[in-house]
Amino acid sequence: MAKDGAAKLSKNLLRMKFMQRGLDAELKKQLDEEEKRIISDEHWFLDLPELKAKENYIIEESSCVPCEDLVYGRMSFRGFNPEVEKLMLLMNTHKEEEEDEEEDDVSRMETDITDEEMARRYESLVESMRKKFAKKRNRSTVTKSEEDVNCNVVGDQPKKVFLNPQD
Amino acid sequence: MDTIHACFKEKIGEVLLPGDVFSIRLSESGDGSIKTEKIICGPGLRRNGEEVQVCKSGILRHKQPNMYWIDSQQRRYVPAKGESVIGIVTAKSGDIFKVDVGGSEQASLSYLAFEGATKRNRPNVQVGDLVYGQFTIANKDMEPELVCIDSCGRANGMGVFGADGLLFKVSLGLVRRLLAPQSEIIKDLEKIFPFELVVGMNGRVWVKAKAVQQTLIVTNLLETCENMTSQQRQTLFKRVAEGSL
Repeated sequence: MAKDGAAKLSKNLLRMKFMQRGLDAELKKQLDEEEKRIISDEHWFLDLPELKAKENYIIEESSCVPCEDLVYGRMSFRGFNPEVEKLMLLMNTHKEEEEDEEEDDVSRMETDITDEEMARRYESLVESMRKKFAKKRNRSTVTKSEEDVNCNVVGDQPKKVFLNPQD
Repeated sequence: MDTIHACFKEKIGEVLLPGDVFSIRLSESGDGSIKTEKIICGPGLRRNGEEVQVCKSGILRHKQPNMYWIDSQQRRYVPAKGESVIGIVTAKSGDIFKVDVGGSEQASLSYLAFEGATKRNRPNVQVGDLVYGQFTIANKDMEPELVCIDSCGRANGMGVFGADGLLFKVSLGLVRRLLAPQSEIIKDLEKIFPFELVVGMNGRVWVKAKAVQQTLIVTNLLETCENMTSQQRQTLFKRVAEGSL
């Protein structure tokens, strides 16, 4: 693995289905767009002028859910089913976020660990992973950079490569 | 466009009958340079060329900025796309399940439309199970299709539920009152005892409480509060709360 700033996962791994379940719709759209850009050269298309569809001003909506802002159908009261209560919070605040786009409230969900603790743990995890996979020659430089509190990047000596004889 | 909204605004809150027409004369207002706003016709209203016709009798309601619909009462459910319903699995045939949703036809539910389902890993659904799902296809020309998964692939509480509990049917108007954002019925019911409730837009409600008696009490309360005023309902609930304690 290349030695960059963090332990990166390869693009193919990120594109696998199980890694994409947690992604937002926006990230997915970005990934799709990148893929489309790669494919678009090969696609054939008709070189015709765009036909304008007649615009309809009246839209028909057959469901009454958006009309009356109905809430999520599964409900649980006074702690009868804690999973459903969590779902209620999730689905109903998701609906409110869509409506109040102007408000900048960030509603924090209850988490078991705080964000700072998570960041600290992740940092140490990345370091230990990097050390584990670093080649023997590079291991000394990895440990050296840890001790420096300011993380100053000191140019390390040129890598020892096989030198052809100069004759 | 002020004229369009003006036609509707006079009638908000009034009882309309099928056959009433709101016509919008766009040709008179000049060339197409005027950008008109879109109007969304909800249930009960239909577009007929340049006109909007009422096809159900009821009261015209309005929501900002441009949504209008007819508030009517009925018991028979008509499947609509995007609605979450409770269905009963009636048959398993090959790759799909046939689910009864209370409409004119049975809906089909593919076995891949569950979270984490693959061809090898089939979901554990038996005939007679209750499923909570959403419609992806629901129009008068095709068989309705249900899924128990959202567009991101997550279940969000949908799928098979409820080993115990009781399923019963109510009118669609009561369902809408129960699912309204600040529903008073729900607020009153919460105070009595802890229980779990699943409300399907097809008029089916599933209730589960700790004891069978409590489940039956909640069922009876929901069925009777359909035709009560809020005053009567609150006195009834108070009596039940005192009686059960």
